[in-house]
Amino acid sequence: MTPALEIRGLKKTYKNGFEALKGIDLEVAPGSFFALLGPNGAGKSTTIGIITSLINKTAGTVKVFGHDLDSDLQAVKRSIGLVPQEFNFNNFEPIGEIVVNQAGYYGIPRREAWERCEHYLHELGLWEKRKDMARTLSGGMKRRLMIARALVHEPRLLILDEPTAGVDIELRRSMWDFLTRINSDGRSIILTTHYLEEAESLCRNIAIIDDGRIIENTTMKRLLAKLETETMVLDLSEPPKGLPDDAAVALRQVDEMTLEADIQRGQHLNDLFRVLDQAGIRVQSMRNKSNRLEELFIRMTRNGLEPSHLTLGKH
Amino acid sequence: MSGLHLRDYWTAFRTIVTKEVLRFARIWVQTVLPPVITTALYFIIFGGLIGERIGDMEGYRYMDFIVPGLIMLAVITNSYSNVVSSFFGSKFQRHIEEMLVSPVPNSVIILGFVFGGVARGLSVGVAVLLVSLFFSPLSIHNPGVMLVIVLMTSILFALAGLINGVFARTFDDIAIVPTFILTPLTYLGGVFYSISLLPEFWQGVSMLNPILYMVDAFRYGSLGHSDFPLAMSFAIISGFIAVLYGVALTLLNRGVGIRS
Repeated sequence: MTPALEIRGLKKTYKNGFEALKGIDLEVAPGSFFALLGPNGAGKSTTIGIITSLINKTAGTVKVFGHDLDSDLQAVKRSIGLVPQEFNFNNFEPIGEIVVNQAGYYGIPRREAWERCEHYLHELGLWEKRKDMARTLSGGMKRRLMIARALVHEPRLLILDEPTAGVDIELRRSMWDFLTRINSDGRSIILTTHYLEEAESLCRNIAIIDDGRIIENTTMKRLLAKLETETMVLDLSEPPKGLPDDAAVALRQVDEMTLEADIQRGQHLNDLFRVLDQAGIRVQSMRNKSNRLEELFIRMTRNGLEPSHLTLGKH
Repeated sequence: MSGLHLRDYWTAFRTIVTKEVLRFARIWVQTVLPPVITTALYFIIFGGLIGERIGDMEGYRYMDFIVPGLIMLAVITNSYSNVVSSFFGSKFQRHIEEMLVSPVPNSVIILGFVFGGVARGLSVGVAVLLVSLFFSPLSIHNPGVMLVIVLMTSILFALAGLINGVFARTFDDIAIVPTFILTPLTYLGGVFYSISLLPEFWQGVSMLNPILYMVDAFRYGSLGHSDFPLAMSFAIISGFIAVLYGVALTLLNRGVGIRS
């Protein structure tokens, strides 16, 4: 099957000499929900900018559903819908017109454009606001407006650059539901986000970009399986009389009523509870100390260890 | 999936023009009304009060002589300022990206912005013409020439405004050209006088001013009087339009000011 996105040897050097991309290869399968993660300045937005032709590449090839960016630009553009990181609509335009005009740029006649606009604004809870100026919308509404605008020409590939930044939890969940629904309808989605919980919940495939290079490109399941240690936080029913001296589990006391336990990969939680039970420690509740993907991410990117220091390889 | 077809181009063009027209119509108090009031003041002060003392110009009442020039002044400045402010605004707020990510070709983007500017230029031109009827009877010698010249002039300055908008990085940059180049050239382009009044040297200098030929040709269409052959004016305006369109298309194709 033709990949939704195929990138080979992509390089970008800006006029000031900054090398944002140092030759990346990336393939996104059709229909996938793909996360592109990386720290600030890693090259995510440059990559998206090149795919959407807002940034000129220095070298390499980009193909979207088999259409080459250099030789078949119009077909590439028709295939992509972009939800950028920053608000980029006219604040002094009614939101209905923003969506309908976007359809017009793709050659969609006005009547049909209004029908599609109505559909997506309804889906995203904005239809009642269609006559309001964009500047009057809340941050979350503006994000949803950009999603409606990106979908109005029915692209096969939707690219979302930090779509839920500044969006409250409830709204973020409803946007996740919406994105999951349109993905299950067959639309390929590429997502960049700083909420790694978001990537973990939504995406089946993931690439991590750092310092202009792809340092990981695999399935979410495989990536999370590489996590060596998970830290569990245990809320106790009563203060412990002492910590068990058992080498099988690494326990430490955080405060009077809280313990932390490091669980190694392959280790069973039963071992932990057996030791706790023998020590007479009663556990009220238990949770992950941090998001698992976040833990991996910090270790893999330049903020933490070099990838070569980990037992991580490309798949 | 292929690219756009001719019908799609037309839809995209209409979309941009409609968006542009709605933009300036929505803020008509800022865009259409001020030039009408300013020109009305020109008619009252220069045409009425001072013009009475000047007497005739090239055989016409001074008020009648300046009407075509003042219409052209309004058309030129409004065509230019509409496109420069709209294009720069779309860069500044980054909603130019709405068009750049879409398959609409740069040529259609240019034409869309230009005809949006033409729409404003002609709207203001018509409004000024209507105001002029309070001061001077409508004089049409050759309506075809009037219409074509005003349309071409509007296209020319809309293109110039777009190029200014491409290079502009700050709001100051979109005010510099109209203030320091466009307005002086227009005032010295025979709006208020016939260049035959000037000493020979300054007549020669004036002939380097392209606006002179536009005002002169429009005045011919209105009054039947011109200082230069009509064909010369058409050739000069056509030449400028071709060059400016070529420059604008090259700039957009290279992504100057809009792509990294």
